[in-house]
Amino acid sequence: MNNSTQWETVIGLEIHTQLKTNSKLFAGTDTTYGASPNSHVSMLEAAMPGTLPVFNEKVLRYAIRFGLAVGAKVIAKESTFDRKNYFYPDSPKGYQITQLNHPIVEHGTLTIQDKNGNDKIIRINRAHIEEDAGKSVHDKYAEFSGIDLNRCGTPLIEIVSEPDLSSAKEAVTYMKEIHSIVTHLGICDGNLQEGSFRCDANVSIRPVGQNELGTRTELKNINSFRFVEKAINIEIKRQIKLLESGGKVTQETRLYDSDKNETRPMRSKEEANDYRYFPDPDLLPVVIDQAYIDNEKQYIPEFPAAKIIRYTQGLEIKPDDAKIIAQDKSLAEFFDETVKSLKQAKAKTAANMLLGEFSALLNSNDVKVEDNNLNVAQFVGLLEALAEGKISHKIAKTIIEKMWGTNLLAEEIIKTEGLGQVSDSGELETIVKEIINNNQSQFAAYKEGDMKMFNYFVGQVMKQTKGRANPAQVKTILEKS
Amino acid sequence: MLINRKEVEQIAVLAKLHVSESEIDAIVTSLDSIVEMINHISEVNTDNTKPMANPMDAVQRLRADEVTETSIKEKLLSMATQTDEDYFLVPTVVE
Repeated sequence: MNNSTQWETVIGLEIHTQLKTNSKLFAGTDTTYGASPNSHVSMLEAAMPGTLPVFNEKVLRYAIRFGLAVGAKVIAKESTFDRKNYFYPDSPKGYQITQLNHPIVEHGTLTIQDKNGNDKIIRINRAHIEEDAGKSVHDKYAEFSGIDLNRCGTPLIEIVSEPDLSSAKEAVTYMKEIHSIVTHLGICDGNLQEGSFRCDANVSIRPVGQNELGTRTELKNINSFRFVEKAINIEIKRQIKLLESGGKVTQETRLYDSDKNETRPMRSKEEANDYRYFPDPDLLPVVIDQAYIDNEKQYIPEFPAAKIIRYTQGLEIKPDDAKIIAQDKSLAEFFDETVKSLKQAKAKTAANMLLGEFSALLNSNDVKVEDNNLNVAQFVGLLEALAEGKISHKIAKTIIEKMWGTNLLAEEIIKTEGLGQVSDSGELETIVKEIINNNQSQFAAYKEGDMKMFNYFVGQVMKQTKGRANPAQVKTILEKS
Repeated sequence: MLINRKEVEQIAVLAKLHVSESEIDAIVTSLDSIVEMINHISEVNTDNTKPMANPMDAVQRLRADEVTETSIKEKLLSMATQTDEDYFLVPTVVE
């Protein structure tokens, strides 16, 4: 390899998602975060002889919901649990219960946007159910490690992507997308600081055009979006430097040090990575039917990505606007309700006004959509009045301000305040004539072809009518004059 | 021989068992006869047998997501050789 080699990055992510359940995966033990050490540990998590695991149904249902959300080809009607054997103090049983051979979810996909803004499909190999380990505290004692088993047995789904990600940026985009899905589903609280959402990254590089994958390293337990990007980038740099100087990448687990911004090999948990998996004899196969899976569909909300497509393709909303609306759950709900009731008015106008005048009012009053300072019926009425030509856009702005915090409809305000657009050509002609009479020299200039004067007259008419004149009509009258 | 010294040493490491040099030969002989016996299972024709995760003709029971356990912290900590501020203490494990 020499320095002119072009490198390509291949990344796969394993995301550990802690499920938002009241009790643990295999026992009725409290899962609340932040309790004093070892207060949420039952006989089962302490691995006392004679204890047996009993599966938490909520975990099964949450895992199915995730499978449905990523369009998984397989949601297993029969899934099984296996033991992954290793000794570590934060796991008293000496093994982790996981799903190796028959995971609950397989072959899903997720669409992200690559750096050119094109859609890119990331395949999800599997999502399996497993239990979390306890926590070891290393910095508190010089000669000991402190063990807190509260987290031990907390349910996780591990979401494993195929190596379809080709940059640190894409990896972060994918991770954020998964985060958005599990939080929208309400199956995970998404709290990265508390470790509810953690990521391991498998990173390798290869010369562009080569088919075989390079040797990968695994970056462990990265718990912030920013660090994922930094850790992967620094690891790519390290691998390129290593290969270009004639070295070889060793397959190993590495730890990212955010203080030094470097990755370094982690001393292996055991000499050989031999987990001696075997089916857990304490647990029977989990058997469900199609009706059980279908029943979970009612809990799948429409995700922002799908909303964006519906808005841009179906309603012709600008992509940037669609994105802003779709990503704000309550704004999207308000918008959807509005669109449902529109007759003549266009969804596009609704989006513009929602992000324009409506959002401005939310900001200046420091309130949220759900505070209901303006209801859907009021908003629809305003949009219809605009679409019917009863009011100009400028007047619409005035009306929305007047409606704010009241239950008054646009129609009522137009009537009581006399804000209806002047479309009566007779009335308008009289006004235009009067203005021309009072501004003879400007009118002469206009007739000579000075277009600035044209705008001057339109402005005068608007001033006279307090913005209520129909601009198109003013134009026609002026042109005839 | 179906099993050798190196494998026995490796298994001992994984199982965190101390095996002295003088014991290894005896363990090899004994494990070898066990493996030989178990190996008979592979003589069975399984072409038409569905993989089985469990011999019982039953499926996993599901439990409602409810907290039914109360803290037994004091009991558990009292069984440990060393504790501090509710932590179990173990010899340093550093990654």
